[in-house]
Amino acid sequence: MSAILQGGVASTALSPFKTTDSNKLVTAPSRSSLSVRSRSDWSKSFGSRLIARRSQPPLIPNAVATKKTDNAESSTSSKSGHELLLFEALQEGLEEEMDRDPHVCVMGEDVGHYGGSYKVTKGLADKFGDLRVLDTPICENAFTGMGIGAAMTGLRPVIEGMNMGFLLLAFNQISNNCGMLHYTSGGQFTIPVVIRGPGGVGRQLGAEHSQRLESYFQSIPGIQMVACSTPYNAKGLMKAAIRSENPVILFEHVLLYNLKESIPDEEYICNLEEAEMVRPGEHITILTYSRMRYHVMQAAKTLVNKGYDPEVIDIRSLKPFDLYTIGNSVKKTHRVLIVEECMRTGGIGASLTAAINENFHDYLDAPVMCLSSQDVPTPYAGTLEEWTVVQPAQIVTAVEQLCQ
Amino acid sequence: MALSRLSSRSTTLLHPLATTSLLRRRHISTDTTPLTVETSLPFTSHLISPPSRSVSTSSQELLSFFHDMALMRRMEIAADSLYKAKLIRGFCHLYDGQEAVAIGMEAAITKKDAIITSYRDHCTFLGRGGGLYEAFSELMGRKTGCSNGKGGSMHFYKKDASFYGGHGIVGAQAPLGCGLAFAQKYLKDEAVTFTLYGDGAANQGQLFEALNIAALWDLPAVLVCENNHYGMGTAEWRSAKSPAYFKRGDYVPGLKVDGMDALAVKQACKFAKEHALKNGPIILEMDTYRYHGHSMSDPGSTYRTRDEISGVRQVRDPIDRVRKLIISHDIATEKELKDMEKEVRKEVDEAVAQAKESPIPEPSELFTNIYVKGFGSESFGADRKELRATLP
Repeated sequence: MSAILQGGVASTALSPFKTTDSNKLVTAPSRSSLSVRSRSDWSKSFGSRLIARRSQPPLIPNAVATKKTDNAESSTSSKSGHELLLFEALQEGLEEEMDRDPHVCVMGEDVGHYGGSYKVTKGLADKFGDLRVLDTPICENAFTGMGIGAAMTGLRPVIEGMNMGFLLLAFNQISNNCGMLHYTSGGQFTIPVVIRGPGGVGRQLGAEHSQRLESYFQSIPGIQMVACSTPYNAKGLMKAAIRSENPVILFEHVLLYNLKESIPDEEYICNLEEAEMVRPGEHITILTYSRMRYHVMQAAKTLVNKGYDPEVIDIRSLKPFDLYTIGNSVKKTHRVLIVEECMRTGGIGASLTAAINENFHDYLDAPVMCLSSQDVPTPYAGTLEEWTVVQPAQIVTAVEQLCQ
Repeated sequence: MALSRLSSRSTTLLHPLATTSLLRRRHISTDTTPLTVETSLPFTSHLISPPSRSVSTSSQELLSFFHDMALMRRMEIAADSLYKAKLIRGFCHLYDGQEAVAIGMEAAITKKDAIITSYRDHCTFLGRGGGLYEAFSELMGRKTGCSNGKGGSMHFYKKDASFYGGHGIVGAQAPLGCGLAFAQKYLKDEAVTFTLYGDGAANQGQLFEALNIAALWDLPAVLVCENNHYGMGTAEWRSAKSPAYFKRGDYVPGLKVDGMDALAVKQACKFAKEHALKNGPIILEMDTYRYHGHSMSDPGSTYRTRDEISGVRQVRDPIDRVRKLIISHDIATEKELKDMEKEVRKEVDEAVAQAKESPIPEPSELFTNIYVKGFGSESFGADRKELRATLP
């Protein structure tokens, strides 16, 4: 089993940035220096943010294009960035991609004249016109299908669901057409759509508007799923998703739209399949994504005071999992805690637990523990709602239990 | 009958050549002098004035109609026997009886116009330029099929001929078709999209949603309802309160066409294309009939009588109609047409034999084309290891 793992690890070391010239393994050195990175207060992941490439291959490929000045893995804190909120970061990413490629268009409810229900598409309709920022009537099934049909001809639509829960109405289109057309047509058609929208438990929004659809979409073959959590990775993932030839579902969170952060001025994208190291540590690996990252970081403060050293990884890529980063971490700490907002049954945590157990069983000193939301419809009452979702206190208790 | 009136007029033109036709058919079959033929029935329209009943065609076109429809008919019958021989598995939905719709449509449009249809797509694929060998290979799940054997009967696609499939879920192709029309408008292609669906799918909500958007944004979409009067086992009168499918668009104009008359279909599609390019969506209802059941698992006789089927076959069969036209216009003789059918049969048999010999896909094909390899990463399964052909 470990032999297979070695092989797997070796191949994944090369794979994420495999290009025509395979000696441009810019990330390889950074991956090996994983544990010596110093901590910083926001998400500095090792060089995955800003990767320079000397030459541009004809297809849109890999990582990021910076301007002529070559910044291999320099930290950007020396450069002046600009501060903005998460929804503004998404908007910036979207706008830059629309400027760059005329095939990119946005469709969704109230994205045009209204500016988007969470202001992600504000100002875009004035700039790009009604044909590129389309206000659709309320018919998720039809406009998702339309986006997919348009993508079959080469356009790159960004389909917005006003709330992720509404996309359940478009499930047939997403599952059968979006995910499967590349396969059933024998590779003739690619579907470069991005389906995005806010999901997750908000502030007393009620059961139907607090859904977490990651678990429903995760078994659709052919799609990629990513979840953003900071303005930095929101912009990066948005741009990467638009440039990707695969259909990507970008999960945003209703409560994270007003997060403020300073992001670099230059153009960058984030790798869609890579996880982010939020806080390196030694004692336990905590895997999380989206809003739970902040609960985990809050718990981490308490844990550090109590003498623990948790390693926090924001998995970001929900399908496929970045088992390379996760695996390295497990091999170091030997204990895993998964903290997620998804439902207990059949959620992302459940799949991740299975994947870790299958691949890294020999490295575990304790069973993988998974803290997820309760299997209940989200209640309206504030206190009850708090108890459906994982709270920092529960995370601290779980870590203490695992690290005994 | 209108036909005989016209034929007596036109034979005065063709008469001098008619004598030589008995000896050398080649002489007339490539004749492109325009003929005018009247459609069998007038068009019924909704919110629009219908096109004229006189269709201009030519001997060459009529002969090509006959040849292509005979090819399609033969292919479907061969597929029937292959299914019974268990070489084709799963679902197999046959199009015989409805060939005129595919043929007439092709005659009116170019390869830049897109067609998207449901699972009854074998003949539409052929009409778009697909080969018999690819079709049979795909049906038998071989590597040389048009979707590499991974799609099957319901997933034929041909990108270079703008044929977008091939969809298994009833009605799901309606929004896709409007998306194609949207892209054509966006990219300023000056082409239209023909979105075909059946009378069963006409009750799907997503169709009306897509129609609303298409009408709102003036998309060049032509929605074609192939009304064969049965949604699997449920007759039209039992499933639709208003079976006038061409009127169901309400604010969108519609046209009802005799779908067993290839020339009427051609006229209607030409008319619809012109309309869609200028004014937005239009609905065409093709009144057609399928001889087989819904699919090969459906005998087709539990919800309709054999007399009905044979009645339609005698009176309205599309190939017979064209055959009568050809003979009455002295374009070819009965015997020559029979020879053509024999050639077609041979062609189909050869393609079947060739397809039977073709290889099955490699096991590693299981994992190809799930993701597009790009953006610097290889596609793996959830465990990030690409599994190669180690299937048991």
